[in-house]
Amino acid sequence: MADSAINATQDERQARVWPQELNALLGLISIALVFEALAWIVRDRTFLGNPQILRIMILQVAVVGIIAVGVTQVIITGGIDLSSGSIVGATAIIATSFAQMSTRNGQDFTDAVFWEQGWVDLPLIIPLAVGLAMGLIAGLINGALIAYTKIPPFIATLGMMVSARGVANWWTKGEAVSNPTETFTMLGAGFTPVLIFAGVAILFQLILTYTLYGKHTYAIGSNPDAARMSGINVEKHLVLVYAIAGMLAALAGLVAASRQLTAQAGMGVMYELDAIAMAVIGGVSLVGGRGSIIGTFLGMLIFGTIISGFTFLQVDAYYQEMIKGAIIVAAVVADVWRQKRRAMRG
Amino acid sequence: MANAILKTEGLTKHYGGVHALQNADFELQAGEHVAIVGDNGAGKSTFVRQITGVEQRTSGKIWFDGQEVNFAGPLDAREAGMECVFQNLALADDLDVPSNLFLGREIIKFNLGPFSILDRKAMRKATEEGLKRTGVKIPKLDNAIRHMSGGQRQCVAIARSASFASKLIIMDEPTAALGVQETAQVENIIKSLKSQGIPLILISHNLRQVFDLVDRIVVFRRGHLVANLNKTETDGNDIVSYITGVKSQNKNAAYI
Repeated sequence: MADSAINATQDERQARVWPQELNALLGLISIALVFEALAWIVRDRTFLGNPQILRIMILQVAVVGIIAVGVTQVIITGGIDLSSGSIVGATAIIATSFAQMSTRNGQDFTDAVFWEQGWVDLPLIIPLAVGLAMGLIAGLINGALIAYTKIPPFIATLGMMVSARGVANWWTKGEAVSNPTETFTMLGAGFTPVLIFAGVAILFQLILTYTLYGKHTYAIGSNPDAARMSGINVEKHLVLVYAIAGMLAALAGLVAASRQLTAQAGMGVMYELDAIAMAVIGGVSLVGGRGSIIGTFLGMLIFGTIISGFTFLQVDAYYQEMIKGAIIVAAVVADVWRQKRRAMRG
Repeated sequence: MANAILKTEGLTKHYGGVHALQNADFELQAGEHVAIVGDNGAGKSTFVRQITGVEQRTSGKIWFDGQEVNFAGPLDAREAGMECVFQNLALADDLDVPSNLFLGREIIKFNLGPFSILDRKAMRKATEEGLKRTGVKIPKLDNAIRHMSGGQRQCVAIARSASFASKLIIMDEPTAALGVQETAQVENIIKSLKSQGIPLILISHNLRQVFDLVDRIVVFRRGHLVANLNKTETDGNDIVSYITGVKSQNKNAAYI
């Protein structure tokens, strides 16, 4: 029998595999401690010890976190989805149109989008189904364009980003849609968005780890040619991944509309970049093949901590936008740097 | 061709005006290890691409395991029992060893369509057995392939082929990018395949390796199969004469 001796250096290198999620966790702890220190210096108060701030932070990021779960899967395949923010806007405004009540303050609510058709006071399942179907259709179009026409994901989803926003603006010609039913508002009430995020995140972490779908998602991102030669239907799988991402963006749109009690066409602007940033900060590699929902969850907490931290320190909102942009670029630079370091190690 | 596992007749491939492969008649017997040698551009890889269905031939016939075949793609060839270790390895770098070994043919615990639950324990066990059979030692199976050396990656690719190839393995320059020690590992694996009776086509530039590992040597030159030599009846200088065109057994390709 052949004796395949492996030298010690290789053994050592293999034993030293450091999960990316641990880096994200260490980053989260460090950033949280820095803000805690700054909070004491600037405001002479605790930041981390304030449950109200933590509650607001987690609620703020939960909606984008739902999108990030889908975006993570897209990025693992080596793709990108720029359309999720616009899908949030389109879904929110159209689905809420199917969730309006017939009365407001005891008066007929004739401003309801479907007042004339009588489609008011509908059960929750209707706006839910409409919203998710919209996300599914947008995702299917994204996936089909990318998989079968071979255009770069960046271009395909950029087109969807513009078109979906156009649909959102066209639907009510820029008017807000308000007065949703009580059952619809339950989706965004209290801690429900966080619970929905947690459910979605746990489900897809398990799916990515234990199912054929997960294995093929990583394989396609890692080496699409190898995946194809191994018999995986790469095109069909990509369509499925983008469809799931579209549906999760739609779910985020439903939750956002429900939480705000009003849907506007401008909802979800820049959510796609926040979601991508959460994923990349959490160690999901933009070249594909690497990352996890756990990492994205940690990235989401880092993102939330930074934003809440700056708010707590009373940093001007304009500066916050600038800092957010810098964080996104820094996360991508860190990813590129990681790739280079790996390539140099061989 | 009672015992022939693979036979080609008049196998030809033209890329527009380029005649990359011309009327190749080839035969491989059960349990036999054959090397294909030749200069760069001689037609070795083109020949393999036609057999494995990676490309569609211009003309000619192929018989595999007694049946005339017309593979539409490499998957058809794989399903028929023919495995190929390509130069680019075709491994997913971010997956671990069991996931790579079973990529595209995973063992399923519960069938739920695309969301079927994987039987990770069974795949890991089968991987350990497959690696043991081919003599490959990988310290941590759960590590991603990208953390492994070139030799270890090649061993995984070969172990994958050996684990599933029921009838034929083709290796396209498996040691081209490897160091001395890693090359020795791969050569040991090839020898273990021989002892298991698995037929092999080995494409190599390394004549020392070829004489060490195979029973027969086939030489390609400028798209023609110019020599079919028993290892015991030839030597390095003789092979080089065929590779460079000084000699030829093929009347249609004499002294080209």
